[in-house]
Amino acid sequence: MANVTVPIVVTFVVAAAVVGLMVTVSRLLGPRQMTAVKGEAFECGNPASGSAWGRFSVHFYLVALLFLVLDVEVVLLYPWAVELRSSGIAGLVEALFFIAVLGVGLIYAWRIGALDWD
Amino acid sequence: MVAPSYYLALSALLFGIGVVGVLVRRNAIVIFMSIEVMLNAANLAFVALGAEAGSVEGQAFVFFVLTVAAAEAAVGLAILIAVFRNRETVNADELTLLRW
Amino acid sequence: MSPGVLAAVQFSWLAVLPLGIVALAAVAVLLAGARAGQDQGEALGWFSAAALAAAALPVLASLGRSRLAFDGTVAVDAYSVYFELVILFASAMTVLISLRYVAEMGLAPGEYYALVLFAALGMMLMAAADDLILIFLGLETMSLAVYALAGFARRQARSAEAALKYFLLGAFSTGFLLYGIALIYGAAGTLKLEPLRAALAAGTDHRTLLLCGVGLVLIGFAFKVAAVPFHMWTPDAYEGAPTPIAGFMAVGVKLASFAAFLRVFGLHLGALAPTWTAVVWVVAALTMTAGNLIALAQQSLKRMLAYSAIAHAGYLLVGMAAGSNEAAGAILYYLLGYAFTNLGAFAVVVALERRGVEHESIADLRGLGARAPGLSAALALLLLSLTGMPPLAGFVGKLYLFKAALDSGLVWLVVIAVLNSVVSAYYYLRVLVAVYMQEGGVAVAPLAARPALLVAVGAAVLGTVLIGVFPAPYVAAAGAALRSALSLSSPGPLALIAR
Repeated sequence: MANVTVPIVVTFVVAAAVVGLMVTVSRLLGPRQMTAVKGEAFECGNPASGSAWGRFSVHFYLVALLFLVLDVEVVLLYPWAVELRSSGIAGLVEALFFIAVLGVGLIYAWRIGALDWD
Repeated sequence: MVAPSYYLALSALLFGIGVVGVLVRRNAIVIFMSIEVMLNAANLAFVALGAEAGSVEGQAFVFFVLTVAAAEAAVGLAILIAVFRNRETVNADELTLLRW
Repeated sequence: MSPGVLAAVQFSWLAVLPLGIVALAAVAVLLAGARAGQDQGEALGWFSAAALAAAALPVLASLGRSRLAFDGTVAVDAYSVYFELVILFASAMTVLISLRYVAEMGLAPGEYYALVLFAALGMMLMAAADDLILIFLGLETMSLAVYALAGFARRQARSAEAALKYFLLGAFSTGFLLYGIALIYGAAGTLKLEPLRAALAAGTDHRTLLLCGVGLVLIGFAFKVAAVPFHMWTPDAYEGAPTPIAGFMAVGVKLASFAAFLRVFGLHLGALAPTWTAVVWVVAALTMTAGNLIALAQQSLKRMLAYSAIAHAGYLLVGMAAGSNEAAGAILYYLLGYAFTNLGAFAVVVALERRGVEHESIADLRGLGARAPGLSAALALLLLSLTGMPPLAGFVGKLYLFKAALDSGLVWLVVIAVLNSVVSAYYYLRVLVAVYMQEGGVAVAPLAARPALLVAVGAAVLGTVLIGVFPAPYVAAAGAALRSALSLSSPGPLALIAR
């Protein structure tokens, strides 16, 4: 028990010490001058524009929903990947069937225009 | 090696956090996030208990739960968007069209 | 592969053939319905109804060949056949009721019927599953589709709000159910119901874990069958949802939930009955009383039917508390009558919709008796059955249920149930007073112009009368279903509680 826990505790202590040191030293030594430019919201170097609470086009949500479902459902292929050799042709057919079902979902999304941006 | 009961205790704690979150928070999105915490507490319990039993079954269940949770999230967020378009709010206290 | 294994695999796929038909039909409707206009809507509806009817044939064909399929996770027994047939019927009725409604309310037909089919698929899976994780999957397949259906009229704030409330509370209850399932898995080491029952009979050293799990699963089911104090979502969800969907929720969701609830708790967790029957006793009493009392105050017919559905869940829980084989048979019979009667009542509310506007307040019904005598007579008969008036289905169902509870010694619970039935007569009859003895209200389109709706109302009325007047064959079917589930793959029925 102890020989597993000790390195973890040491890691945490060292991490806390390093972070604490960095924050305190920079606060003690660093100059602080507030300017208008520094007060701006950081937008990857572009001049900030508009409200931070601006609303996004609903297309983003649609794409996010589609991504969420199709991305996560693929997790069901992992068990098949692990048992690829032993599951044989039957496993392959079932996996292809599963992918086909996901494909039908994609075709549906495409047909109702969820993938069109305009 | 960490004892299985610790995992179970952690999952119970997570589940409790989720339940309390659902009951005290008023924003529908935060309520939904709390529900996801509850589901993940169940996932942790499945993995821990499966490992304790020396069976791979517990982890297999997690796959099903994960995918169902994703589908649930998709449906839930779609409903949230529909509500927001109608009402411009997702605060549970302001959704009072239906009241007895 | 050895011949034995091959035969088992073939049997497994045959066992889920009805589910496959419904799933394929759902996908076909979804694809064909993408971008389909209202003119193709009716055709999609008829196709869906035909697919549901076609799925009933392989269900019937599997009668008398009781076995477990897919490595013991799917049960093919008379119990699953019984529930699958009623679920298919309820789904087909929902489609028939919706045909004109979908067009007049301007709903997207392809997605609507596809979601009804997906929900039916989940319900059938719940009725047939013999494995807790599969019950969970069926429940979610059903619930996700029904959440979306509840919010289907998404441009109406009411519908969207109903969907959100239903979704949040439904997902919350799923969390309880799932965590309970995880704990049961930890205590028993399996989630397949047959081995689970054997493990419980043999005893477990993790009794606390097991009881926590059973308790959480009980809460999950209580949410799904709308038992007090987990009923808050019901009236809002029913009132805001499109009316045919409200009927589908009241009947289909309840059928599937009770099918799984009874299979898990009545048949397989019987060994633990002493720990949960007292809880179910209290919940049953609260559910009946709260449902009936709040129903008294309702002005909306839809909302009144929602509280009435809660009250009926309470009567059914009386049977769960009684816990005998007799009571379980009574639950099955009661659910059959309940399905016909409630679908009919919601169909009548759908019939009041006119030119895209729903008329669902009791005030709208005033003077209906003079304007639409046929529709009014149907409504009167269905409401009398819900009250429990002989010789209709509702009366015979209550009779069997309460008699079984008396035989199990639950005298006080039966007294509460009978008093509740008397109270319920007031709000059901109040509707009939409005229909026959008051003036005003709104005009209705003639039912003859809507043949599908006419057929649905007719079938509901016919069923309500037949099941009540000639109960024997239905009671026999319910009993056979139960015996088949009990005897499946186990040497003898050890489960339902011996008091």
